[in-house]
Amino acid sequence: MSEKLLVTVGPHHHAPDTVARIMWEVTLALVPAFLISLYVFGGRAFVVTLCGVLGAVAGEALVQAVFQKKPVTLADGSAVLTGVLMAFSVPAALPWWTAFLGGFAGIILGKQCFGGLGQNIFNPAHIARAILLASWPVYMTTWLKPGAAAGLIGPLPDGVTAATPLGLMKETLRNPDLLNSLAASGTTALQHTFHELQIGWGSLLTGTIGGSLGETGKLALLLGGLFLLIRRHITWHTPATMLGTVFLGSLLITRDPQMALFHLLSGGLFLGAFFMATDMVTTPMTKVGHLIFGFGCGAITLLIRFKGGYPEGVCYSILIMNAFVPLIDKFTVPRRFGEVRAPAQEVKA
Amino acid sequence: MSADLFSIFIIAIFIENFVLNQILGICPFVGVSNRVDSAVGMGLAVTFVMVLAGVVTWSIQNLFLAPFHLEYLQTLSFILVIASLVQFVEMVIRKTVPSLYQALGVYLPLITTNCAVLGVALLNVRKGYGLVESAVNSLGGGLGFFFALLLMAGIRERLEVAEVPVAMRGAPITFITAGLLAIAFYGFAGLA
Repeated sequence: MSEKLLVTVGPHHHAPDTVARIMWEVTLALVPAFLISLYVFGGRAFVVTLCGVLGAVAGEALVQAVFQKKPVTLADGSAVLTGVLMAFSVPAALPWWTAFLGGFAGIILGKQCFGGLGQNIFNPAHIARAILLASWPVYMTTWLKPGAAAGLIGPLPDGVTAATPLGLMKETLRNPDLLNSLAASGTTALQHTFHELQIGWGSLLTGTIGGSLGETGKLALLLGGLFLLIRRHITWHTPATMLGTVFLGSLLITRDPQMALFHLLSGGLFLGAFFMATDMVTTPMTKVGHLIFGFGCGAITLLIRFKGGYPEGVCYSILIMNAFVPLIDKFTVPRRFGEVRAPAQEVKA
Repeated sequence: MSADLFSIFIIAIFIENFVLNQILGICPFVGVSNRVDSAVGMGLAVTFVMVLAGVVTWSIQNLFLAPFHLEYLQTLSFILVIASLVQFVEMVIRKTVPSLYQALGVYLPLITTNCAVLGVALLNVRKGYGLVESAVNSLGGGLGFFFALLLMAGIRERLEVAEVPVAMRGAPITFITAGLLAIAFYGFAGLA
C-alpha cells in the first residue's frame, strides 16, 4: 500500500472557521458594547469584566489541568467569551470577588461538569448569572447610575445607584396610588419612567441608562450582531423571532406602540438575542428549531416581564429554552433529500 | 373564582413545581428520565393518579377524618388509600384498556411510593383547598411533574452521547442538571 495516496471519504469541503476563530470573533463583536460600558459605568465595568474573565479562565484551567490532566484549551477563547458574557449580564456595581466567583462557577457547573466545550446543555454565562442572582440578590440588583464616579473597587459611595428603566417601570405599574396620581396629571407610566431617570429614547439606544454592564448600548450590540451575521457565525432566525416576539407581544398586551418599543429597547434583550440565544452549543440545530427557540425565549421573557416577580426575564427565558433544546432537536429532524414519509401504518386490531 | 383556579393551576405547574421547587418525587424523576417515551408514560400515569388521589384524599379528610377528629391518622390513611387506589386502578385498566396498561407498564405500581402523590394530598389539606381547588392543584402538580420529567429525559438522552467526564456520569450529572434546571425555574418566582 502506498502511503502517499491519501484516500479519505467525503465531504472534502474545507472551511477556514475553527473554534478558536469563531470564539475570538464573537469576543471581538462585543468590543463596541464594552467600550460603551466603559464610558457609561467607568472603571468598575473594566474591573468586573476582568474578574469575570479571570474566574472563567481559572475554572477552565483548574478542571482541565488538575482534574482531567488534559491539555488546557484556554487559547480557543471559549472560557474568555463566557467570562465576558457573564460580566456583560451583571451590574457594574458588583463586587470584584462576586464576578470572579460567577465566572468560576459558571464554567465549572455549567460547562466542565458536562464534559467541556460542546457538551453543555445550558449557557454557562447565564448559569453564572442565575447562580449569582440566587446567592447575592442584593449585589445583583444594585445598579450603577450612568456617569457616576464610583471608584474602581471597594464599597460604593452614596448616590451612585439608580433603578433600571425596566425595574422602575415594574414598580410604577405595581403601585396603584402612583398610577392614579399619574393618570390624574395625564402622564403615562412610560413618561414617568423617562422623567424619573432623566432619560429618553436616545439614551436607550446609546446606552446611558442603568442596567447590566454590557446590555445598555443597543446600537453597539446591534453593530456586533451585524458583524456576526455578516461573518455567518449566527443566522437571523433566532434574533429576529426573539426580538419580534417581544415587540409584537408587548404591542398586543399594552396596545401602545411606545411601550412595545420600550420593551424592545430595554434590558438585556439585544445582548440575549444576538449573543446568548445564538450560542452554537446550547441552541437547536435546524432553522425551524431556531425559530421555535427564538419564539420561546421571547414568550418567556414577556411572561416574566409582565407577570413575573423579576423586572427582566431574558436570562431565565434562555436558560429554560436551553432545557427544551434536546426535545426541539428530537422533533425537528429534517427530512433527508429524497426521503418520502412512510404512509401511516394500519392499526392492528 | 375561575381566575383563582387558574392561578392555582399555573402556580402548581411552574412556581411550586413538585420536582424543581419542592424537591418531591425525586426517585421517579431520576429513575425514569432515561428516555423520552418512558418519561411520557410515567408523566401521564402520575398526573392521572395525582388527580384521583387528590379528589379521594380530600373526600376522606373532609367526610371522615375531620368530622370524627381523627386527623392524626391522616398520613397513615392517605398512604393506605393511595396504595390501594393505585392497585385498584391498575386492575381496572388491565381488564378494560389492555393497550393503556401495556403502555404504562411497570410505572403504575411504582407510583404507589411516589412521595409527590402523598405530597399533593397533604398540601391540599394544609392549604385548606375545597374539592375543585384540590383537583386543580393536583392536576397542575401532576402536569408540572410531567413537564419537568420530559425536559429531564430530553436532556439525559443528549447527555448519553456527550463526553461527560467518567466521574460525573450517571447520577452526579443528573443531579447537577436537575439543580441547574431548578435555578432556571427561579425565573418563574413571583409569577402572578
